Amino acid sequence: MSDTNDLGISRRGVLASGAATAVIAAAPGAAATADPGRAAPPTMAVSFKVNGEAHALTVDTRTTLLDALREHLHLTGTKKGCDHGQCGACTVLVNGTRINSCLSLALQHEGDEVTTIEGLGTPDRLHPMQAAFVKHDGYQCGYCTPGQICSAVAMLDEIKRGVPSHVQSDVTARPSLTNAELRERMSGNICRCGAYSNIAEAITEVAGAGA
Amino acid sequence: MKAFTYERAKDPVGAARAVASQSGAKFLAGGTNLLDLMKLQIETPVHLVDVQDIGLDKIEPTADGGLRIGALVTNTDLASDRRVRRDYGVLSRAIVAGASGQLRNKATTAGNLLQRTRCPYFYDTNMPCNKRKPGSGCSAIGGFSRQLAVIGSSDHCIATNPSDMAVGLRVLDATVETVKPDGSTRAIPIAEFHPLPGDTPHIETVLTPGELITGVTLPKPIGGFHHYEKVRDRASYAFALVSVAAVIHKDGSGRVALGGVAHKPWRVEAAEAAMPRGAKDVAGRLLAGARPMPDNAFKIPLAERTLAAAIDQGKAA
Amino acid sequence: MKFDTPAGQNPIDRAKVVGCAHDRIDGPFKTTGQAPYAYEHHRHVGNPAYGYVVGSAIAKGRIRSIKLDAAKVAPGVLAIVAATDTGKLGKGDFNTVKLFGGPEIDHYHQAIAVVVAETFEQARAAAALVRVDYDRGQGRFDLDEALKTAPLTGGDSNQGGAPKADRTGSFEEAFARAPVTLDALYSTPDHSHAMMEPHASIAAWNGDQLTLWTSSQMINWGRSDLAKTLGIPKEKIRFLSPFIGGGFGGKLFLRTDAVLAALGAKAAGRPVKLALPRPFVANNTTHRPATRQRIRIGAERDGTITAIAHESGSGDQPNGEPETAVNQTKLLYAGANRLTAMRLAVLDLPEGNAMRAPGEAPGLMALEIAMDEMAEKLGMDPVDFRVRNDTQVDPEKPARRFSERQLIRCLREGADRFGWSQRKARPGQVRDGRWLIGMGMAAAFRNHINFPSGARVRLSGDGRVMVETDMTDIGTGSYTIIAQTAAEMMGVPIEAVTVKLGSSDFPVAAGSGGQFGAANSTAGVYAACVKLREEVAGRLGFNSTDAVFEAGKVRSGNRSAPLAQAAAGGDLVAEDKIEFGDLGKTHQLSTFGSHFVEVGVDAYTGVTRVRRMLAVCAAGRIINPKSARSQVIGAMTMGVGSALMEELAVDKRFGFFVNHDLAGYEVPVHADIPHQDVVFLDEADDKANPMKAKGVGELGLCGVGAAVANAIYNATGVRVRDYPITLEKHLARLPTLA
Repeated sequence: MSDTNDLGISRRGVLASGAATAVIAAAPGAAATADPGRAAPPTMAVSFKVNGEAHALTVDTRTTLLDALREHLHLTGTKKGCDHGQCGACTVLVNGTRINSCLSLALQHEGDEVTTIEGLGTPDRLHPMQAAFVKHDGYQCGYCTPGQICSAVAMLDEIKRGVPSHVQSDVTARPSLTNAELRERMSGNICRCGAYSNIAEAITEVAGAGA
Repeated sequence: MKAFTYERAKDPVGAARAVASQSGAKFLAGGTNLLDLMKLQIETPVHLVDVQDIGLDKIEPTADGGLRIGALVTNTDLASDRRVRRDYGVLSRAIVAGASGQLRNKATTAGNLLQRTRCPYFYDTNMPCNKRKPGSGCSAIGGFSRQLAVIGSSDHCIATNPSDMAVGLRVLDATVETVKPDGSTRAIPIAEFHPLPGDTPHIETVLTPGELITGVTLPKPIGGFHHYEKVRDRASYAFALVSVAAVIHKDGSGRVALGGVAHKPWRVEAAEAAMPRGAKDVAGRLLAGARPMPDNAFKIPLAERTLAAAIDQGKAA
Repeated sequence: MKFDTPAGQNPIDRAKVVGCAHDRIDGPFKTTGQAPYAYEHHRHVGNPAYGYVVGSAIAKGRIRSIKLDAAKVAPGVLAIVAATDTGKLGKGDFNTVKLFGGPEIDHYHQAIAVVVAETFEQARAAAALVRVDYDRGQGRFDLDEALKTAPLTGGDSNQGGAPKADRTGSFEEAFARAPVTLDALYSTPDHSHAMMEPHASIAAWNGDQLTLWTSSQMINWGRSDLAKTLGIPKEKIRFLSPFIGGGFGGKLFLRTDAVLAALGAKAAGRPVKLALPRPFVANNTTHRPATRQRIRIGAERDGTITAIAHESGSGDQPNGEPETAVNQTKLLYAGANRLTAMRLAVLDLPEGNAMRAPGEAPGLMALEIAMDEMAEKLGMDPVDFRVRNDTQVDPEKPARRFSERQLIRCLREGADRFGWSQRKARPGQVRDGRWLIGMGMAAAFRNHINFPSGARVRLSGDGRVMVETDMTDIGTGSYTIIAQTAAEMMGVPIEAVTVKLGSSDFPVAAGSGGQFGAANSTAGVYAACVKLREEVAGRLGFNSTDAVFEAGKVRSGNRSAPLAQAAAGGDLVAEDKIEFGDLGKTHQLSTFGSHFVEVGVDAYTGVTRVRRMLAVCAAGRIINPKSARSQVIGAMTMGVGSALMEELAVDKRFGFFVNHDLAGYEVPVHADIPHQDVVFLDEADDKANPMKAKGVGELGLCGVGAAVANAIYNATGVRVRDYPITLEKHLARLPTLA
C-alpha cells in the first residue's frame, strides 16, 4: 500500500488518490562511491527475523537496530525521538523483551526475533492494544505511540513474569497491575502530548480483558 | 560515531585478550551507555568486542552462603531474582529505581558498574571537561551544577557516578571479580572499585587495560530491613539528586550509602555507628568535609532528610 | 465566505456528527506505524542521501575559518555546504535569527554547515571532522542583568508614539489608597517544546522544482519563508507535512532542517533527508523565553479589585519579540485602575519564540499565584475572590463585551466537582503519611483568534466527499474534526469522508497554532461545503436555501434525491475560505476555564507529586469531545512539567542551554500524571464563526502551573514564586521532621 502523504485519511481506510506521487529517484552520486582513496567503513553481515520474516543484511558496523529497521528495512513505525535512550519512542520487542532499539547495534541481534509495531497489527487487523489506544485516544501526535504500544504489550508480560518495580511496597511479593504500577512501568516512554491518563486507561482495559 | 570493527568473543579470557591486543578496543555488553557516548564521540573505540556469547549470565550461590552474579546478568534479571529480592532487597530496589524497563532489560551488571557520569558538560564535546579531555578544565565548576557532586570532588572534577545499582552493592559490601588477558583473576572490593576524581578524573575504575569484569559476589545475607530512597524531580526515569541505600536492623544499627553526591557510591563506615542516634548524626559524619557548589548545596540537608526517611521506614517495618 | 454577522441556525447545529465523541480517523494508522512522518517518505524518495548538521560551538562571535578537507574525503561524503559557501541566503519573515549562521554567529548550535553522505553513519562521522576556528565574542546571556537597562516595549504601546505602557485610570493612586495590597515578584524559566519528533525534512530537487517533506505546523508560512531563504519563487516549492510528531509552537516556522536539506540536496544532486539530532534541538531551535514578572494588586476589604498592575521582562535576540506575559491581565479581572507593561532585553541566547499559549502560559503562572496570595490576605476563598472580580466587558474598553464568558460557571462547577469545600484555608493542615497534602486552583484564560482558512471539497459519483486543505494535524485531531464537519454539512456518515491535509497543493488554511486551528479550519471547510451544497442543489434542481442534506440524501419540500446523483456526471468541486469581519473587534472572543489540583509534598524531601487534576472549560462548541479532552489533558500534563521540573538551564559564561537533551531537560513521565478529569461546559459562540467554536489546546495549559503552585503552598505553607518549584526552593522552610 502506498504512502498517506498523497492519500487521504478516512475512517474507512487509506485511499489511493489521483494526485501525482512520482518517486523522485535521482542518479546516485557515482563519484563518491568510486573513489578508491577512501577507506570504506567496516561492514558486516547480520541475520535476524523481524515480525516473523527473515532478513539478511550487510550493514555498516555502526548501524543501530533502530536504523536497520527504519532505513534498511523501511519499517518506519519504530520512531527515532532522541537516539540516546531518553524517550522510548524506539521501543521494540527482541525475543519478547522490550528494549530501546536506538541503543543496540544491529550486529548485536544475530539470530534474534524482533517484533515491531508493524508486527503487532495492521490498520485492518488491530492488535487489542492498538485498538484500545484508538478507543481511549491514547495518543495525539502519534510519534511516541508505536513505542508506547510495544512497551505496554511487553510490560504486561513483565508483570506476569513477576519482574519487580520501584513502586512495589514489598519487593518480594508478586506485582499486581495497579494504576501506580503501570504508570511506573511505562515511564520509559515519554509522551510530550501528554496522553498518559488515556494510555493508562487503554492498558488497563487490555490487561483486564486478558486476566 | 567513528568507524570501528566488531567481533564476538567466545569466552572471557578470549574477550580480555581481544581488547588488550588492540589499542582503542572496548568491550560491548548491553551497550546502553557506550553507544550513547559513541554517538556523541565521547567514546571513540576502534574495535568492539561483543561479550554476549561468553556466558556469565547466571546468578549462583557461593560456598559461603552468598550469591555470585554473572557480569552479563541484565539489570531486570538481577532485580527479579527471587534470592536477591528476599535477601538483598536493597539491591533489587536500587536497580528498579534506575533508568526504565527497556534499559534495564538490556543493561548488564558489569556495564552498570562502568557507566559514566551524566554531567552535562561531560556530554557536550564543545565544553572543557577534564574527564573527557584531560587538562582541558572543568566547566561544571562555576556552571550548572545542580545535580553534581558535593563531596569527594576536586578542583578538576565535580561529576557524580549516576548508578543506583552500585549504591546498593556498596552497602552490601559486594566484590567485583575480574579476569585479565593473561587469565589471572582478582577480586576488588566495591569500595575500591571507583576512585575519587583527584587530578585524574578520566580514571573512573581501577581496572587495567583488557581486564574484564566477570561477576559480582555478594557476601552471605545480613538480614535487616532493606530500603532504597531515591529523590528526583520527576517520579521516574531520572537520575538521582540524592539517593540512600540502607540496611537497618531492629536495634537501630545498620548501614547506609549515598548516591548522587559523589564520584562514587558514598559510604563512610565510621558514620554508621551513629545510626541508632538518627539521621542528623549519621549525615553529619557521612558528609563531613563536603564542598558543595551554590547550585547543589541543598543536597546536604536533602541527604540528611532522605536518610531520616529511610531510618523512619526501618523503624516502621 | 465573509463572517460578519453572528451565526444563525445552520446545519452544524444539528450536531449529528459534530459535537459527538469520535475516534480519530487517523488512529489505525498512527497505532500501527503506518502514518508517515517527515523523515519516513521512502516510498516517494528512492536512494536518498543523508544530511547531518554542524552547529556552532560558540554562542557569539565569528567564524575565522572552516576546514573541510578531512570531512570532504571521509568515506561516503557526497557534498558539504558550509557557511563560507552558501552564497546569499535570505532570512524568513517569521525567523528572528538566520537559520544558517556564519561568518557571524548568533547563538550556540546555530547551523554552520551540512554534510551529505551516502549513509547516516557516514554523514554523522564526517560532520565531526569539520574543523572550525572561531573568534569568540562577548555575548549577553544574563536576563536579570540585561533587564536592568532594557526598554519598555510591546503591548498596544509602540503604535503612534503612545506611551509604552497600557494604562486605564490611575493605577498608582488607587494602589496607594487600597486597604489590602500585594506587590510580589515572580519568575518563569526558559522552556523547551521538546516535541517527540525532532525537526526533520527530506528535500528533493527536480530541476528548479523543490519538493520538501517536513514537519511543520504552518504549510504556507514554511513554504514562503523557505522560498525567501533560498531566493526562489514560492511556486517552485511543494511543501508537504501530512503527519507531525508534535510541535507546540516549535514547528510554526521554517527551521534549519528544511534549509539544510534543500541546500544539501542541491549540492549533492540527490534527495537528502536530515533530522536534527536531539541534543541540538534546545539550542538550535526556538524556546519559550524566561520572564521576570511583578504583579501589584490593590483591593477593598470586600475583595473588589481597585488597582491591578502586571509588568513583565523577557529577553530575545536583536529584533525579537517580548514574551507577552501581561496580556491576560488586561482582560481577566475587573478593576478600574490598571497598568500593564513589558520590557525586552537583548540576549544572545537562542531565539525566543512562541510555545504553546505564548504569553498566557507564563503570565498566568504568575498572575494566578498572585490571586491566591491576595485571596489569603483578604481572608477570602480563592474561588470567591475570582468570582467577585469577574467582568463581562473588556475592562480597558467597557463598550466591548465578551462574546461568551462563563468563567464563574467554570469556577463554581470545578469547585463542586473537585470537592473544593474540603480544602483547609490555612495551609499545612492535611497529612497523609509522609505526604503534606494541599489543594490549589487557578482560572484559565486564552484569547480566541480569527484566522482566514480555506478548503476544497469534492463530491464524487459514489457519494464520497473529499476535503483538501493545507491545514495540519499536529496531534490535535484535525483529520477527524474536518471529517466531522464535512459529514455534518453534506449529510453523510463520517465514513464517507476522506480528508487530505498538510500539502501546499491544497488551499491555504489557518494552520496549527495559537489554539486557532480547529475552529478556523473547520469554518473554512464549512464555507467550502456551503458552496458545494449550492452546486449540488443546483445540479439536482433544488432551491439551495431550504435544501436539507441528510443521510446521504438531499431533500427539499417533498422532493428527495441521493446526494451522489449530483455527481453522476462527474465530480463536483467547490472551494472557499472563511474570512472575518469586525465581530472580533466589536466583541472580545476568549476562552475560559478553571483548574483544580491536589498535590502531595514529601515532608522529608520536599518533592511534589500531583494526586488529582480537574479542568473545566468553556470554549464554544466542542467539535470532538474526545480529541478536545485529550488536548486538555495533554496541556495539563505540560502544565505539571512547567510547575515542577521544566527549565532550560542557562550557562551565563558560555551562553547556552546546558541541559539540551531529554535526560537533562525533564518533562513529565507516566508516573508523574494521575488520572485527569475534564469537563466542557455547553457553549456555542455565535460571534466566533459559523462553527460557533473556539479552541481548547492552549486553554488547557493556562493556569495549570499556578494551580499546582497554589496547591503546594496549601500543603506546606511555604510560598514559592520561582518556577519550577523544585524541592530546594522550599526544603529549608518545610516543617522540621518529628
